[in-house]
Amino acid sequence: MKKLFFILTLSALFISCAPDKPLENQEGTSGTNNKNPVAANANPTKGIGEVKNVTLNTPLEQERIGRGKAIYEMKCQACHKLNDQRVVGPGWAGVTKRREPEWIMNMITNVDIMLDQDPEARKLLELCLMRMPNQNVSVGDARDVLEYMRQNDGEK
Amino acid sequence: MNIDRFLFGIAGVILAFSFAGCKPQAPESAAIGDAASRVYVAPGKYDEFYNIVSGGFNGQLSVYGIPSGRLIKILPVFSVFPENGYGYSEETKPMLNTSHGFVPWDDLHHVAISTTKGEHDGRWVFANGNNTPRVARVSLRSFRTEEILEIPNSGGNHSSPFITENTEYVIAGTRFSIPMNNEDVAISSFKENFKGSISFIKVDPQSGHMSIAFQLRTPGFNFDLSRAGKGPSHGWFFFSTYNTEQAYTLLEVNASQKDKDFIMAVNWKKAEEYIAQGKGKIERSKYAHNIYSEKTHSASSTILDEVKVLDITEFPEIVYFIPCPKSPHGTDVDPTGEYIVGSGKLAATMPVFSFTKMQNAIANKEFEGDFAGIPVIKYESVLHGEVQKPGLGPLHTEFDEKGNAYTSMFVSSEIVKWNLKTLEILDRIPTYYSIGHLSVMGGPTSKPHGKYMVAYNKITKDRYLPTGPELAQSAQLYDISGDKMRLLLDFPTVGEPHYAEAFPAALIQANSVKFYKIEENEHPYAAKGEGQTKVERKGNQVHVWMTAIRSHLTPDNIEGVNVGDDVYFHVTNLEQDWDVPHGFAIKGANNAEILIMPGETQTLKWKATTSGVIPYYCTDFCSALHQEMSGYIRISPAGSRTPLKFSTGVIEGENTGAGN
Repeated sequence: MKKLFFILTLSALFISCAPDKPLENQEGTSGTNNKNPVAANANPTKGIGEVKNVTLNTPLEQERIGRGKAIYEMKCQACHKLNDQRVVGPGWAGVTKRREPEWIMNMITNVDIMLDQDPEARKLLELCLMRMPNQNVSVGDARDVLEYMRQNDGEK
Repeated sequence: MNIDRFLFGIAGVILAFSFAGCKPQAPESAAIGDAASRVYVAPGKYDEFYNIVSGGFNGQLSVYGIPSGRLIKILPVFSVFPENGYGYSEETKPMLNTSHGFVPWDDLHHVAISTTKGEHDGRWVFANGNNTPRVARVSLRSFRTEEILEIPNSGGNHSSPFITENTEYVIAGTRFSIPMNNEDVAISSFKENFKGSISFIKVDPQSGHMSIAFQLRTPGFNFDLSRAGKGPSHGWFFFSTYNTEQAYTLLEVNASQKDKDFIMAVNWKKAEEYIAQGKGKIERSKYAHNIYSEKTHSASSTILDEVKVLDITEFPEIVYFIPCPKSPHGTDVDPTGEYIVGSGKLAATMPVFSFTKMQNAIANKEFEGDFAGIPVIKYESVLHGEVQKPGLGPLHTEFDEKGNAYTSMFVSSEIVKWNLKTLEILDRIPTYYSIGHLSVMGGPTSKPHGKYMVAYNKITKDRYLPTGPELAQSAQLYDISGDKMRLLLDFPTVGEPHYAEAFPAALIQANSVKFYKIEENEHPYAAKGEGQTKVERKGNQVHVWMTAIRSHLTPDNIEGVNVGDDVYFHVTNLEQDWDVPHGFAIKGANNAEILIMPGETQTLKWKATTSGVIPYYCTDFCSALHQEMSGYIRISPAGSRTPLKFSTGVIEGENTGAGN
């Protein structure tokens, strides 16, 4: 109970500090009361967002890796290194072992909601003290990035 | 009834009349009733209308919300804007190029919102530069100036940028007549050598790109304002003229000799026919055409050197003159296209002309004579009627959706509401003070929205807290939904607004550009990702491909630059979200800062003038670690051989800083 209280207080703090979102993004955020259906129903391992199930193929899809690498270099590399070094955001080494693929793709494509509501994402925000920017990556592009991460983690 | 109260009341009425009679009312005369709630837009809510307002001598446009009167944006058009680098960044400098070279200022007088079938379509704003004659096109998606076209053979572009019903043409009519082709002649040879010119600028319906289709060469007098016909009068354009006396000195007196000047009616479809027949002659004249590309995030400037000219004295049936009392200013066409209101700024009556009558008069040749061979139609033959004693100094007329007209009266500081058909005066209301233009929501279109009207006043005096000799410009919002006009709000404006147009916010709200896609950035110096950042030397030029993302600049350590080098910081903002611009400033820059929108690349040129280590930083508060978003460039003495190197996040030795 104490722990729950702590989390709620923390949520309240974050919500009150964050600037108001435009109306279109407000669906699902429900203030500080404990009847937050989105957060309560969120799958802690898959994250929050439109990505529900990802099929991973072996061997890796080489076309996706090429596209994913290009997106990484344009939109992600400024903050995420490929090793385990944290710069602005965490290094990517091992990310596909720590996280469900759905969680990774939801984090990329639905970052504002994830940072506001997903407990795992919020832990990272506390750690990095920098909100991950929404880089407007489509779900299809996020899937390509995921494939590139898998390769980075040594999958074949 | 209590007699004291009655007497007091009478005294009050007398007092009110005496005040109204001899000087404008005191500032405390306020709005009444529920005015406050009518203009209150609650926090987080939006205004109902966009009001696009000219900035006059600031060379900018400003955007206000109506009914709140809140200033939402200032956007530079003809003037440099150090706040965001417009006219200072390498990419935007060409926008202000002209045949006279770089001209960093102009006097932006009027706006015209693009229309389709006579109604606002919310695509572009056109604006005129009055001083060094230019017309600009501004996007209502990005709220940026996308194109500027210089106008050749013009002595000041005042009668502009009025547009035809479907934005076929934007007009640029010369304010001052001048000798054509930069001819060196005596000023006293005005009647012989000075000519007027009216440019018809074709607008590409898809891209909006402007080009001068043809120029009408006219007798030498001054063109003031103009309006296109609508509906039945589509195909015609009406210009107010003054100085038909052709005076060239003390115009105040010498251009006010005649009882009547002219409204010049132009049949531009007829002019198009002549052009299609290959008529007209090509004249040589240099003028600049500047276009900004959203793909390369850069402007290009091209100098053009010819224009097609039709002399109206040589081609019949293009132009007819309508006599109009005393130096007309406004020539405004009502929503139906039938009535043309002439506002003789020194006249006691206001003539309203009928398009139908004009057509009949032309067909029946009801002319009273000619001017330089051009028929002058009999005044009575074109006249629908005169508004009697409308007020002093009528300037401009706008219209509502109910057949009413609203005319601004500069000298008597009031707005007069009258009926277009009966010409009867319905109401009058004071303005504070000396109103110039006025703007009804959708007022110049074929379907006005009415509801609100804004007065743009020329004199401010006591309306706001005093701020020294120069005061805020005063605008006033009126409710025109009922029979009587009601003052709702005073709000200050920037520059000196000459004209404004307003349209419902819903027309464009959803179209706003939020960011530029980094994938589509075709800037030659874009770094689309940190992997593409680099520094290259070309002679004494050093080019830096830099990226910005919350919250670091890459590279943030640069060495190997010498005193005397020109450093070009090409900064690409890697963000891909709305409302995350980054800025870039460096100590000692002789120009300005640059603001870089998400996905965009902009370049600041900086000359290294002293050796040392110079900081640079992000100027737009972007994140909790914005204060950390900075870098150093090391400048070595001229001729040094310090190796060129650049990095971000590289710690060279244990004792050099950062880390443990």
